[in-house]
Amino acid sequence: MKQKKYWGILLLSGCLTLSMATLAWTEDGEGEGHERHERGFLHQAADIGPITNKAYKTECSACHFAYPAGFLPERSWVKIMNNLDDHFGENAELNDKTRLVITDYLRTHAADRLPNRFSRSMLRSVDAGATPLRISETPYFRHKHREIPARMVTGNPKVGSFSNCLSCHSGADKGSFDEHGVTIPGFRQWED
Amino acid sequence: MKYIYALTLLLISSAAVASEAVVQERLGQYRTQGAGDFDAARGQALWQQEHMQVKLGKQVNCASCHSANLQQAGKHMRTGKRIEPMAPSVNPDRLNDAEKIEKWFTRNCKWTWGRECTAQEKGDILTFLQSK
Repeated sequence: MKQKKYWGILLLSGCLTLSMATLAWTEDGEGEGHERHERGFLHQAADIGPITNKAYKTECSACHFAYPAGFLPERSWVKIMNNLDDHFGENAELNDKTRLVITDYLRTHAADRLPNRFSRSMLRSVDAGATPLRISETPYFRHKHREIPARMVTGNPKVGSFSNCLSCHSGADKGSFDEHGVTIPGFRQWED
Repeated sequence: MKYIYALTLLLISSAAVASEAVVQERLGQYRTQGAGDFDAARGQALWQQEHMQVKLGKQVNCASCHSANLQQAGKHMRTGKRIEPMAPSVNPDRLNDAEKIEKWFTRNCKWTWGRECTAQEKGDILTFLQSK
């Protein structure tokens, strides 16, 4: 009898674990057409992770927040890095050596190369034929920020633009964009 | 206490020496590219010279982002990003890295003037900045 009870509990806890894992998986996709990848969800990192390339960090954050490579597909980074003389209206030219080092880092850490859930979702949201240049214009980004009114961002002098990740995502520089770490300056803690 | 003063003095003077050595090396390089003598007053005139920035549709000069007072921080006219003072006397991080100097000359001459600066112009501007 005792043994039966033991097996029963084991089975129950097994079922619970499985169903919770499934929940965790479905929470993210939000009905945008789930596509189970061959690696499976157990191998996905929770965060996009910090920038690991010194040249990228130094050069790009001299002017703006250094965006995680995993937020755009490889083709986007290639296009951005090939047009540094007109970088969103600015001249951001680099010498060839530095440009190649950074391009290589961005390509090998792009959304189509990383198994984390942000990159996956981002990639799924972008048309195969599109080459987005701004993370903030991808469907995934817009979907994730759809409930945030303009007065909290563009109309908020402490934020100014959706491109200032770190203004609200306190862990952005460590590669953490979890919604629990979000505080919009001038507004009380953001809750979804 | 004296020790701290001495250390501070040493740090300040070594910073000034660092930029001086780099600037002198740059000026030497510009001379080999055909430039003559350099003049801080000419550099200042270049710093203030206005040019049409086509993408913005506005007249701009170096001070548009760097501020007219080189000992004060500037503000990027489009992004609003703070730009630390250019004067080596108040900002020891300035003019002490030849690669960085050339990188920003390339970017900012093209953006502000719509062309690269000549060796003469770069030398005059560096001489002007170093004097501040």
